[in-house]
Amino acid sequence: MDIDLITNILFATFKTGTPLILIALGEMVCEKSGVLNLGQEGMLLVGAVVGFIAASVTGNYFLATFCAIFAGMGMAFLFGYLSITLASNQVATGLALTIFGGGLSAFLGTNYIGIGLEGIQVWSVPLLSDIPVIGKVLFQHDPLVYLTLALFALVFWVFRSTRLGLKIRAVGENPEAANAIGINVQQIRFMAVLFGGAMTGLAGAYLSLVYTPMWSDGMSAGRGWIALSLVVFASWKAERILLGAYLFGFASILHLVLQGTRFEVPPNIMAMLPYAATIIVLVWLSSDAIKTKMSAPKSIGQPYRPLA
Amino acid sequence: MLKLEKRQADSRLMSYVSPLIAIVLTLLAGALLFSVLGHDPLHALYTFFISPLTNAYGWTELGIKVAPLLLCAMGLTLCYRAKIWNIGAEGQFIMGALGGSMAALQFLDAESRWVLVPILISGSISGLLWGALAAWLKTRFNANEILTTIMLNYIALNALLYAVHGPLRDPAGFNFPESAMFADAALLPLFSDDYRLNISILFALFFTVVIWTVMARSWVGYQIQVLGEDAKAARYAGFNTNRLTWFALLVCGALAGLAGVAEVTGPIGQLIPHVSPGYGYAAIIVVFLGRMQPFGILLASMLLALTFMGGEMVQIEMSLPKSLTGLFQGMLLFFLLAADLLISYRIVFQPRTARA
Repeated sequence: MDIDLITNILFATFKTGTPLILIALGEMVCEKSGVLNLGQEGMLLVGAVVGFIAASVTGNYFLATFCAIFAGMGMAFLFGYLSITLASNQVATGLALTIFGGGLSAFLGTNYIGIGLEGIQVWSVPLLSDIPVIGKVLFQHDPLVYLTLALFALVFWVFRSTRLGLKIRAVGENPEAANAIGINVQQIRFMAVLFGGAMTGLAGAYLSLVYTPMWSDGMSAGRGWIALSLVVFASWKAERILLGAYLFGFASILHLVLQGTRFEVPPNIMAMLPYAATIIVLVWLSSDAIKTKMSAPKSIGQPYRPLA
Repeated sequence: MLKLEKRQADSRLMSYVSPLIAIVLTLLAGALLFSVLGHDPLHALYTFFISPLTNAYGWTELGIKVAPLLLCAMGLTLCYRAKIWNIGAEGQFIMGALGGSMAALQFLDAESRWVLVPILISGSISGLLWGALAAWLKTRFNANEILTTIMLNYIALNALLYAVHGPLRDPAGFNFPESAMFADAALLPLFSDDYRLNISILFALFFTVVIWTVMARSWVGYQIQVLGEDAKAARYAGFNTNRLTWFALLVCGALAGLAGVAEVTGPIGQLIPHVSPGYGYAAIIVVFLGRMQPFGILLASMLLALTFMGGEMVQIEMSLPKSLTGLFQGMLLFFLLAADLLISYRIVFQPRTARA
């Protein structure tokens, strides 16, 4: 293996991990507040298609990214209204959101299939990007990669040292107690769900404007679900999400690694890897089922309705 | 002010009215959507939901689509009644189509109809094995079945793509990712040469009755019911919950696999990349809309089959996108969930003055 290949592999790992980090961070915040949103895949697709359409129509990527974020939040609002305000079953509502998002995105994107866009361009960090290897791996990315790392830092900080982080956790661990000390449970949960939608919408924009600047039906290819497993894998800790997402990113680009060797594996077999890896992770986690249970937010998945 | 108030007990009536409310709301939203798109809403809804069924041909085409939906939905019902959230019917369907095609390609020169027996069995077993994998992951490792079955769906899809691009590709097919056409003897018998409807609808109806009998009349059906309603009670009663999980997932896998092989030996006649238009996912909506009851599921599978036909119809007649199918299906499920709240809540009207 030569140095160029290693550089390319690390570079691609960063890019592939980025959308997973965004989705998983959003979902983690959501789950910490006690809401399990299985609608990630649907929000992701709608974010991707709306971002792509906005970019095609206006040519303004900045605006398009915001449109994707708002689209994700719009979907999250639907979920939040049903599952928080009306206290519907979170699992069923999340699945419905995914199915609905798949249908809606395919419908919206009908006339945009097969169109290519230039995509958001690389924004090299001055000076640093000239360092050999490290420069290309770390400092020659599009702005969204840097933004993702900033958002990671934000989430990490919020849960480590702010009142807001404490409130979100309180609501997820014991909503009755949180309510008793005057925290508005519904409001915090709704905010967390909207934040999750925004992050997933942004991840959608990343897919359709950076990763592969085009639109095709179901282009998220299960990333929403993989990110859901990542949250469990990371036992609801932001720093582990970062690590896990890059590991998964690496698993998804193993074909690049194999290019350097003499093995030839059909692309469709390689494409199974991230899904197989997810199953392996889920199996591995179960050997530690008690620990997983301990680190999961206590009231996850349970609707809360304050007594009027 | 309108307000939701918890009912003393769940309303049985509402659980049957709620799907109707969902259908009406979907139609209203559809009408709104069509007018936004600049079409006469009534005419568009007519084209989508009624015009496919205005002749005998349409009804036979409906039957072709009802069969796979019904088979998948009955299998899923067994799982969902036990609260096993199997989302994997799509993957089990695909594996059924793949396994059945592998068998069918061994019999390209066949002249006897009996070759259908090993082909159908091979398809059902492939689906069953895919379901077994999910059951093993759940019972042995306690891995969340929602996530594992979805991952298995993606793996199955890639296995199918690998097969049609590689080992199962027709050598004489100009490099198209398709298998050879199956022998006529390896195709399911038709009711009449004028229509494409084949005997898979009979399989579907037969297994609907079988599954229903199992659930309503058998010991294992009773155990599944208890497991779904109260897992703790099931354990106290000494039911082997692992064995019930295996049973539900194996049966669902076999039925979805049968649906898959019936699709390639039925209307398609070969293995192609797009062997399923999403039957496995649509079947989830069928189960919820049909209230996990056989007659309800039959009606719901007809409605969902109609949405597949309606999408094609508005594409041909009004050059609207076929993907309206998925949109209508998604709206249906969403409105159903919202309307289902009326089962345990009632809407009460509170005059504002009363609160002062």
